[in-house]
Amino acid sequence: MRFELTPRTNVNSAMRIAASIAAFITSFLIAGFVIWLMGRSPIAAFDVYVLQPLADPWSLQELVVKATPMALIAIGLSYCFRANLWNIGAEGQYVIGAVLGSWIALRTHGTEAGAWVLPLMLLLGILGGAFYGLIPAFLKTRFGVNEILTSLMLVYVAQLTLDYLVRGPWRDPKGFNFPQSVTFDPAATLPPVFEAGRVHYGAVFALVAILVTAVVLGRTLFGYRLKLTGDAPRAARFAGFSSKATTMAVFAISGGLAGLAGISEVSGQIGQLQPSISPGYGFTAITVAFLGRLNPIGILVASLVVALTFIGGESAQILLKLPLDLTQAFQGILLMCVLAADALVSYRVRLVNRGGGK
Amino acid sequence: MTTFEAILLTIVTASTPLLIAAMGELVTERSGVLNLGVEGMMAMGAACSFAAAVTFDSTLLGVAAGIVAGALMAALFALLVLGFAANQTGSGLALTILGLGLSGLIGAPFVGARRDPIAPVDIPGLSDIPVVGRLLFEQDLFVYASIALTVLVALYLGRTRSGLMLRSIGENHTSANALGLPVLSTRFRAILFGGACAGLAGAYLALVYTRFWSPGMTAGRGWIALALVVFAAWRPGWVLVGAYIFGAATVLQLHAQAAQFGVPSQLLSAVPYLATILALLLLSLRHGRAIGTPGSLGVPFVPDR
Repeated sequence: MRFELTPRTNVNSAMRIAASIAAFITSFLIAGFVIWLMGRSPIAAFDVYVLQPLADPWSLQELVVKATPMALIAIGLSYCFRANLWNIGAEGQYVIGAVLGSWIALRTHGTEAGAWVLPLMLLLGILGGAFYGLIPAFLKTRFGVNEILTSLMLVYVAQLTLDYLVRGPWRDPKGFNFPQSVTFDPAATLPPVFEAGRVHYGAVFALVAILVTAVVLGRTLFGYRLKLTGDAPRAARFAGFSSKATTMAVFAISGGLAGLAGISEVSGQIGQLQPSISPGYGFTAITVAFLGRLNPIGILVASLVVALTFIGGESAQILLKLPLDLTQAFQGILLMCVLAADALVSYRVRLVNRGGGK
Repeated sequence: MTTFEAILLTIVTASTPLLIAAMGELVTERSGVLNLGVEGMMAMGAACSFAAAVTFDSTLLGVAAGIVAGALMAALFALLVLGFAANQTGSGLALTILGLGLSGLIGAPFVGARRDPIAPVDIPGLSDIPVVGRLLFEQDLFVYASIALTVLVALYLGRTRSGLMLRSIGENHTSANALGLPVLSTRFRAILFGGACAGLAGAYLALVYTRFWSPGMTAGRGWIALALVVFAAWRPGWVLVGAYIFGAATVLQLHAQAAQFGVPSQLLSAVPYLATILALLLLSLRHGRAIGTPGSLGVPFVPDR
């Protein structure tokens, strides 16, 4: 027995969307099976994971709050993945963006500093993330070092840097020795979009990033260049597109957006620096980018869907005593199903007996 | 036992899991498949081996469970990248995410349990030689097994017909297929071997290195193993050297933390990761671009008809 793959010639976007939905349903079935193996009711779990959060207005706001960083990071990653470049260190770029932006918040803490604080924080967040993203890009373009490994190693370095800062120089002296910074002043806090709501302006940044990306990828030479670099690197070279410049650009964009996600989360949601400022948004965003088929609107939808698994995972932990690791396992299964579905769209897969089908 | 001897012994213990996992990944990559899921397979190996060892009170069953868990994860990866010709980078990442989550689920009931240390091999006479005696002749079986594994992999790849076939498939799968070499089945076996090694490395971590289970205990070792393969330019001997350099860096930074030089402990903890980046950079500076990289590495294979 073996699989036989025949490339499909007529692939349309409807098939690709259908594949994403099929992948999502399949991963739910697999997760339900795992929950059943654990001796729990898959139907009760589905209710807690999916239906209850969608029925509750507070959860719906929470959904947008959680989707915001993932959408921002994933939209940045889509630039890299389209060019077939593998930035898997977005988690680190997110952390460094948050750290650099927070530096301004901590420096101006307790002063009368005005309206310039927040824009400067956001700017430094973007620059910090972009700088951190450019390190693996520079090592790749200048020295040919594999970007997958360097970008990932830098995640650990970024997390340790944050850990050092909140336990050392940036620790709140009045914080009872807890490893956390002071709470940001109102001038350094990203305000909610609606009065007394939970959704902060990071969600607006995410929407803007999605719209801009839709235009850039669909309507500009840069977007075409990315696609060509990814799909046909030789053709891109003959066309005179510098792959080095493309690499630097996409890492700067994705790092910058991850940094913006980091500072938005800290300033709009957490309100202070602490040792852990992300439940793995930077890694989950990879799943989001693929689930959204690297398409801006797809990523918007995918970020909301994956945010649902985070919220459902939290309530399942409380209500059903299902461990939080289940959410991560589910996200892994989801990504696998998406990749398999991708293949099913690109190829006609048949199971044939050995020797047959020639 | 002097402090110096103790440090040397811990370096061997820290290096062994890196060596085993990297050796498995080397074979997988030589066949032309990039499996980025080492971290996830290792975590599953650690969780399953610890769970089995505690449940059945047997180290041997624990090790077997770790190997099987790693191989099963690898089989899942093989289904995606060989069966469906899915993107290898994405599939490997998915395998890591899945492995880290699933290992947390499997290990959860065993948090807090401890295993007794396993007895090292003791050769009377030889292990009494000063300095090198204990280092060379009083290690646990895994250490000797990891060295044997290195030698066997080197011999297999360099000296056997089957190893040559595996390498040519990794170098150019289209030509290898045209010559009638079994591309997919060879790759399937290579992927399984890589998974079994990663599972064994995880078992070593849980049963010998820490002797307890905690979520995320692999702490990036799977990724360091991947970097080691690149650093070694896909040659088994250099993987051995690299693994020991990294093991030494890990252990020495722990001792430096204990000695309190006034350097932040986080900076020292970052040493293995920074060293990985530095090693990859130095390698590129010495050899130029991508020396020794298997030609078909990471490219899905779909036979033409």
